[in-house]
Amino acid sequence: MELIELKNICKTYYMGDIDVPVLKGITISISKGEFVALMGASGSGKSTLMNILGCLDHPTSGEYWLEEREISKVSADERANLRNHKIGFVFQNFNLLARTSALENVMMPLSYTREHLSDKEVKRRAEELLNRVGLGDRMHHEPSELSGGQQQRVAVARSLINRPSVLFADEPTGNLDSKTSEEVLAMFKQLNVEEGITVIIVTHDPNVARHTQRQIRIHDGLIVDGQTSQGGSQ
Amino acid sequence: MRLFRVMRILRTALRAIRKNPMRTALTMLGIIIGVGAVIAMMEIGSGSSDAIAKTIARMGANTLLVLPGAATSGGIGFGAGSSMTLTPQDCDAIIRDCPAVKSAAPLVRARGQAVYQDRNWVPMSIYGTTADYLSVRDWTDLSQGDVFTDKDVRNSTKVCLIGQTIARELFQGVSPIGKEMRVLNISFKVVGVLSSKGANMMGMDQDDIILAPWTTIKFRVGASSSTSTGSTTSSTTSTTSSPSQLYPNSQTSLYPVPSDTQAADNPQPVRFTNVDQIVAAANSTAEIPQAIDQITALLRERHRIRDPKDDDFNIRNMTEMTNALSSTTTLMTKLLLAVALISLIVGGVGIMNIMLVSVTERTREIGLRMAVGARAKDILRQFLIEAVVLCLAGGILGIILGCGGSYLITRFLRWPTETSVPAIVASVFVSASVGIIFGYYPAWKASRLDPIEALRYE
Repeated sequence: MELIELKNICKTYYMGDIDVPVLKGITISISKGEFVALMGASGSGKSTLMNILGCLDHPTSGEYWLEEREISKVSADERANLRNHKIGFVFQNFNLLARTSALENVMMPLSYTREHLSDKEVKRRAEELLNRVGLGDRMHHEPSELSGGQQQRVAVARSLINRPSVLFADEPTGNLDSKTSEEVLAMFKQLNVEEGITVIIVTHDPNVARHTQRQIRIHDGLIVDGQTSQGGSQ
Repeated sequence: MRLFRVMRILRTALRAIRKNPMRTALTMLGIIIGVGAVIAMMEIGSGSSDAIAKTIARMGANTLLVLPGAATSGGIGFGAGSSMTLTPQDCDAIIRDCPAVKSAAPLVRARGQAVYQDRNWVPMSIYGTTADYLSVRDWTDLSQGDVFTDKDVRNSTKVCLIGQTIARELFQGVSPIGKEMRVLNISFKVVGVLSSKGANMMGMDQDDIILAPWTTIKFRVGASSSTSTGSTTSSTTSTTSSPSQLYPNSQTSLYPVPSDTQAADNPQPVRFTNVDQIVAAANSTAEIPQAIDQITALLRERHRIRDPKDDDFNIRNMTEMTNALSSTTTLMTKLLLAVALISLIVGGVGIMNIMLVSVTERTREIGLRMAVGARAKDILRQFLIEAVVLCLAGGILGIILGCGGSYLITRFLRWPTETSVPAIVASVFVSASVGIIFGYYPAWKASRLDPIEALRYE
């Protein structure tokens, strides 16, 4: 059973009279528990693909099956709900709320969850996750008091708060030095191996991609390599 | 469960507001000043309009005049107040049975010369009445001495109160208290001097007055009551009081002796001691119509009148003055409302301005919140609640500022102020609505952001 299945996804932006096709028929499938790198030069369409995969955007045509549900044409509110429940995001620039403690940053997505958890339960979950990413002693620090690596780990904890099916990391090490990059990537690997979380890292850096099991390469809006699980090269 | 959510939204709003205390304070300043000004203006305004109302009431705006009806004799009308139908008992009944009437007093008029030692003077008015007359006229503060009592009224004691003009003309700086003066050749002891009231609206000197128990004027002075028509002017000064008038035990003539023809033409049952008029004061200007209705009903019942056409009395009020009073009050209220609206709109525009800046500044945060699952309406609600919380907090601070300000004004400038609860309640509602109205556009703008664009925003 595939977690994610894309069938002939196209995305075209309309800029005035000119149509700009960005994705020209993407077909890939990603299984549960995979650790995937989505690679491509800038302008190749990898960000657009990630936005569609992450339910931030909808494709112009094609089918997107997430956990056996076709979601390419659902409403904006429903997409928000999917992002909340099924998808975790980690960004290049961390995107933590300034002047807000690590704990509250991690708790934040739960305030948009339809099932209302009690305050105690929300706090318990957030503390557990911060402990797991190794920041148990920094829960009440604000982002400005944390190092880049620590901030990214807070972001990872935040992305996991609603127990998502898939974790998207958009250049997660882009703003980190090589040593912390290694640490963060090791953490993704650990989450993937130990918790079985599906991780998709979007990057242009081969050194990052090397940590993953499978690399999907995209060029000019088309998949050029790694279309199936077997096609990956190590 | 629902409560958790509300609490969480509120907490998010409070956190966002706390993040930038300086800007929050400056934003709220608009509302604080607006609401504070409104509250202070309302309190000072209602205090002043109360003071104005009291002043106008002192001029007699709440006074009602009950006059007997017109008598006619042989086709000749004698004008208002010429028949003799009002009794002191009517006055007692008005005090007892009309809840809208604050106080009432009977009035018996006389005209004549007042003499003290070698000086004489003809006062404008010599009134026989009760002590209640002063409360009807809002004139209870005497400059010297005391008011005569109900006992004086019952016993027809020869005591009187004199106005400032009389005190000046007859006594010339000597304290008149306890001095004997003669009014229409009857000796009166002065027990009190009224405070100065000045001229009335017609320019008549209201201090040129002598007040005495009505029984004394009626029976001892033998008041040339107004029923004896308009001939009460200087002629009385030449009439000397007969011994029968000095001693009320002997038969007094209450009525002008009608000629035989008159009596035949216009039979009038002789039933009582009459008074010339009754003055009454309503509790407040607003209660004047009720007071008139109550007095009318009462007197009709007492005088056994079925048909309103047969009314043997007239009630007059100071319509001109009451109108002036109510128009002053409405004008004042409208003025304050205009000022209030303008300052609140200015405050609201300030809120909108800051919220728009805030939305732009927090574009990335909005993008992030959307990425982790916030729907458009969640974002809308968040910013709307932030604006409302800002406005409400500003409103509450404004109320404190306004109340404090008006307190200081009372304290140091001695302006009359009055805490206005409706103004406070209205301010809370108005500042919340200002938050909703002026917070809606920025919140709507925030909710319309595209998460992808917002996340990329630098």
